[in-house]
Amino acid sequence: METLIASNISIEIEEGELVALIGINGVGKSTLLRSLSGVQELLKGDILIEGKPLKSLSSEKLSELISIVLTEQPISKNLSVFELIALGRQPYTNWIGTLTSNDLNYIQNALKLVDIENLQHKKCYELSDGQLQKVLIARAIAQDTPLVILDEPTTHLDIYHQAYILKLLKKLTVQTKKSILFATHEINLALQLCDRIILMEQDKVSVGTPKQLIEEDVFSRMFPSDLIFFDKISESFKIKT
Amino acid sequence: MLLFLVVILTALVNISLGSVNIPLIDIFASVFKENVSNDSFRYIILEYRLPKVFTAILTGSGLAVSGLLMQTLFRNPLAGPYVLGLSSGASLGVAIILMGATLFSGTMAGLLLSKWSLVIASSLGSLLVLLAVLLASSKLRDTMAILIIGLMFASLTAAVVSVLAYFSPAAQLQQYVFWSFGSLGNLSWEEVLILSIFWFTGIILAITCIKNLNTLLLGEQYAKSLGVSISRNRLVIIIATSLLAGSITAFAGPIAFVGLAVPHLIRQVIPVNDHRILLPAVIMGGAILMLVCDIAAQLPGSQYTLPINAITSLIGAPVVIWLLVRKRKFLF
Repeated sequence: METLIASNISIEIEEGELVALIGINGVGKSTLLRSLSGVQELLKGDILIEGKPLKSLSSEKLSELISIVLTEQPISKNLSVFELIALGRQPYTNWIGTLTSNDLNYIQNALKLVDIENLQHKKCYELSDGQLQKVLIARAIAQDTPLVILDEPTTHLDIYHQAYILKLLKKLTVQTKKSILFATHEINLALQLCDRIILMEQDKVSVGTPKQLIEEDVFSRMFPSDLIFFDKISESFKIKT
Repeated sequence: MLLFLVVILTALVNISLGSVNIPLIDIFASVFKENVSNDSFRYIILEYRLPKVFTAILTGSGLAVSGLLMQTLFRNPLAGPYVLGLSSGASLGVAIILMGATLFSGTMAGLLLSKWSLVIASSLGSLLVLLAVLLASSKLRDTMAILIIGLMFASLTAAVVSVLAYFSPAAQLQQYVFWSFGSLGNLSWEEVLILSIFWFTGIILAITCIKNLNTLLLGEQYAKSLGVSISRNRLVIIIATSLLAGSITAFAGPIAFVGLAVPHLIRQVIPVNDHRILLPAVIMGGAILMLVCDIAAQLPGSQYTLPINAITSLIGAPVVIWLLVRKRKFLF
């Protein structure tokens, strides 16, 4: 059985942009991200990256253009932080995976950018959820791709670390000129930090800067109106009293 | 490096022990074609103990490597060389030859019961099960499903074997049971050579996968985003495993435990995940465990030789349990 979810999506992402993808559960955010990153086969339509269709690129070439950060993957927790980040260099290493001094530079740089140099010799099972998330982001940075895609990077994190991760992503777009696209449920935080927001709904997709979308009042129709409402003044969702 | 020395040492000890007591000096003499005080010593060393040592090294390391490959491919610590149903296929082949032959026709039985027929039967059996699993895996995108399918084939063939066993006479049943004990000692140089060809092919395939195996530590989705072709890589790993485990089962019987335990033992002893180090370490670890087990199986100082399959578990299982309890942390 096929269910039609969001159709006619047309999105462009510019260099150095931080873009949030929001939408209610089950609207197809993860499917869209997986299709974009090439992990899942395209159902329909075209995806262009640097002007070339995604389908025409080999998975080796694609791995130099798009890196991903996913949650809840069966990652071997026995890996050390350094080893995990070093795996981000796989597309560039030789047949047996020897790290060159150039690769080591990229790894050190990623550690520095994400500010986890002090963690590099720890094992992944020793890390908190927030630290692990930073390590996974550093791995994507080490992969050195113009586009980084993250699927709900802030789940399982407390509100401080949610803000920390999003600030970090913002900083990375500025410092590395990479484009970062992430799916999130933290609309309040995304509104404050992102350059652009993509709102996925059942039958349409709205794209714009946070300001534009607030003016169009798209957020107030996002959820059923019985419990929460969007407060335009504070630019956040509030509980109805 | 240290592991390599231990391999040499255990191999030497292994050669020097057996039901006939042979002085150490004569062992070296017979290997290096010097004069030996007793001609039968030379025969025992060259035609029996030396091939057995090679067989032990090949089977131990081969099974250990296929265990490592399966554990990384399925991201599952319980996977071993036989999860693909290889040993059950082999058992079915051998069971049909040993027990089915008498059922179907009494005259054919004598003809079929040579040693080579067992080797061929078990190879054919594992090949058939493997082809079925490969066919199923080409239709599946989920690697875990292959694991389940392998297990299903294992219970299917086990069921057929027990039906055969129910109807066959005691003598044939005993023969089958003896085969399932596993044995390292029955191989001629010719057979060792054939086994080592399969071993080398399997190991070389495994070496070509090292980089992708490391990537698989992140899970399949990450591996894919790093440019690994999941299905092709999976195929190469499955072929390498079946070459190793299939040929070993054909020649030495279904030797359990080594494949499952050695990768865990190595991970406990040396804390690495990089398959560039893990693979050679597992090769040597497997060889050492097998040589030690074979020494123990001969019950030094006695005339008896115990079944190798029982010894691997008797020695190996307590070691794994001890290591896990001592470290209190399961590293995978």
